[in-house]
Amino acid sequence: MEFKVTPVMPQYIVTIGLEVHAQLNTRSKMFCGCAAEYGADPNTLTCPTCLGLPGALPVLNEAAIERTVLTGIMLGCTTPPVVKWDRKNYFYPDMPKNYQISQYDLPLCLGGGVPLYDLAYPKDAQRSIANPGKVVKLTRIHLEEDVAKSTHHDRFTTIDFNRAGTPLMEIVSEPDIDSAEEAFAYLNSLRQILIYGGVSDADMEKGQLRCDVNISVRPEGQKELGAKIELKNINSMSAVRRAIKAETSRQIDCLQRGEKLIQSTRRWDDDHGETTLMRTKEDAHDYRYFPDPDLLPVHTADILARVRAHVPELPHEKRARFERDYGCSTYDAGVLASDKALASYYEDAVAADAGVSAKKLANWVINDLLGVMNDNAIAITGCPVKPEQLSALVSTVESGKISGSQAKEVFNEMFQTRRSPEDIIKAKGFEQMNDAGALETMVDQIIAGAPDKVAEVRGGNEKAMNWFTGQVMKLSQGKANPKMVSELVRKRVLG
Amino acid sequence: MSAHAIDIQKAASLARLKLTPDEAALYESQLGKILDYMDVLARYDLGSVEPTAHAMPVHNVMRRDESRPSFTQDQALANAPKSSHHQFQIPKVVE
Repeated sequence: MEFKVTPVMPQYIVTIGLEVHAQLNTRSKMFCGCAAEYGADPNTLTCPTCLGLPGALPVLNEAAIERTVLTGIMLGCTTPPVVKWDRKNYFYPDMPKNYQISQYDLPLCLGGGVPLYDLAYPKDAQRSIANPGKVVKLTRIHLEEDVAKSTHHDRFTTIDFNRAGTPLMEIVSEPDIDSAEEAFAYLNSLRQILIYGGVSDADMEKGQLRCDVNISVRPEGQKELGAKIELKNINSMSAVRRAIKAETSRQIDCLQRGEKLIQSTRRWDDDHGETTLMRTKEDAHDYRYFPDPDLLPVHTADILARVRAHVPELPHEKRARFERDYGCSTYDAGVLASDKALASYYEDAVAADAGVSAKKLANWVINDLLGVMNDNAIAITGCPVKPEQLSALVSTVESGKISGSQAKEVFNEMFQTRRSPEDIIKAKGFEQMNDAGALETMVDQIIAGAPDKVAEVRGGNEKAMNWFTGQVMKLSQGKANPKMVSELVRKRVLG
Repeated sequence: MSAHAIDIQKAASLARLKLTPDEAALYESQLGKILDYMDVLARYDLGSVEPTAHAMPVHNVMRRDESRPSFTQDQALANAPKSSHHQFQIPKVVE
């Protein structure tokens, strides 16, 4: 007997680590008093220190250190009792001192982890989360200075030093991420937490959050990690996912062809959807770190104690509270808590206490408000409908004063015109008729004109009663309070 | 001759220095002597000495997060050998 043996393709294990740089939102730079601002005219925010002029000395920005320590507390890191500053030496025109002040062996934060929130995964991946509740381990977080911005022209390069020396926090994960989706969730969750802590505005499109990805691939069964390949130039959340997917399949293809992967750095090209080689290990940088003699060590005990008093409620804590105190569903609470500004809006609406349930308000915020905000690309901070106005509208519809469809119309009008729901309801004539006397007159008018229907109801056909209600609603142009009308009809026809 | 082998050419290239063979030999022996001195220190038992990052016993020298006026654009660019677009102009560099 003959057996045909089909060679089994080996499965591959992907291991990913992320290095995230986050710009801290301090008023001034890390080592000098120049403003740390975005969008100013080029080279208007410089001084001898951040231009690297000879003799200028750096002085630590206290707030930058506090914000980094706070980030560490939020992410469960430990802070060594003494931290120090080191010089990372390299030659590049965006760094005029020829070294970057950074932290080498005693950074501000060690260990810790980033919890991956379910709703932080890409939408299409939320139903199939491989490791729910995963916390990605961190190696460290250190503080350093950002570099200048280079602009490459046809024949030369120009440099703007406004960004040089602004505080930059580097958050380094362990190789603990298993997929492009987890990397996306990691960045998104981290971003939420940084915003909650008020340490960074963390907008990737603005370069406030930047990320390098380390990927290695190895055949199943192999213990040691494959060659570490670093990806640079990834500028958006969705690009992170695309880059990892593309690079993973490139590496697997290489291995399947029997090629050997070597430690290297590659550039992601988002337009072409591929990575290209920048440099290999042979010409890797040798940074020759050494302690910066211009800066003194920092003892962290007092700073830690001070910062601990300001640790905010974190997204997952807020989500749990919304479920517990407001009766929100897990999903709704997750959506609200995923955006600090949205959560504040919601809480303001609840606090307006217009006598509506917090759960109902959550429905409106998520289904109606978020929908129209997304359609119009407006951030919640610029929402034309004030939280207390939304609360008032929801209260009006819940009490039966206007109908559900009228409420949607009023809401859209509020969004367009910023007017209060009361004004719009009045202007549109949506105010319900609750005047018993006036309604009675209408009911009697209909009864008088339809003796046959009256006989039908009196003959036992209770359903025919709805016909009267309908006629009165029509007569009132939809303004009559339907509940009052049906009670009146019952009383007048049967009574 | 020092007990420490130094790759003087690598050290020079990291510092962007071009050394003649004579200079290379000179610096190699000078740097070797500095490293030899580390051997002197290594003879002492320093296990109980706290590592120091700085010669001064001073720490937590910080400033408040307040901004103050910067150079004007002209001041910032005053020493630039070449400028354009209100920026420092340099030969094209692409990593």
